[in-house]
Amino acid sequence: MTNPVFERIESEIKAQPVVLFMKGTPVFPQCGFSARVVQILSHLGVPFKGINVLEDMEIREGIKAYTNWPTIPQLYVDGEFVGGCDIIMEMFQAGELQSLLKEKGVPVSAEA
Amino acid sequence: MPSRAERLAAALEAAFPPAEVRVADDSARHAGHAGAAPGGETHFSVLVVSPAFAGMSRLARSRAAHAALAAEFGGGLHALSLRLLTPEEAAAGSTARG
Repeated sequence: MTNPVFERIESEIKAQPVVLFMKGTPVFPQCGFSARVVQILSHLGVPFKGINVLEDMEIREGIKAYTNWPTIPQLYVDGEFVGGCDIIMEMFQAGELQSLLKEKGVPVSAEA
Repeated sequence: MPSRAERLAAALEAAFPPAEVRVADDSARHAGHAGAAPGGETHFSVLVVSPAFAGMSRLARSRAAHAALAAEFGGGLHALSLRLLTPEEAAAGSTARG
């Protein structure tokens, strides 16, 4: 933990079971890729916290370094990085996202 | 100077041989919003079909593709949509989207 922003990121991803680093907010996403992940989580009825990287340059760059992942959005479940928009879409379509969430004890109100 | 689409295709073909690679430049659809540069070449989607992905998780496949394209991410590539399949998956359409 040499980078102080990593500590902030760790406390964010551990504060809630499902955390999405995104551009814009869940109510007003400002990027199509972020919007798609919000749509999937909302569709599944999953409670999650959205963190708007556009409002925090330190987090915006820090999160890419933290996960070694070059793009936003980034979804974390139970403190672990799950994927970006493409992976979340594929997992959702295969039913794997729903399984992962249930496995982690996250309430899912819709199946598909 | 080759276009970014050509560079992406060449880097992916070199990283995952033998690969079928398709690259689409979606920049025009994102023109005017954050991350879109005036000259375009910022938003791409890529399909790579290669046996190199066998036994690799989704995250591992994407990380390998990001690594192959690190120079492009450092040089203005803003958004990259990835579909990374083995030949078997591509034939079965099992994880295919849309």
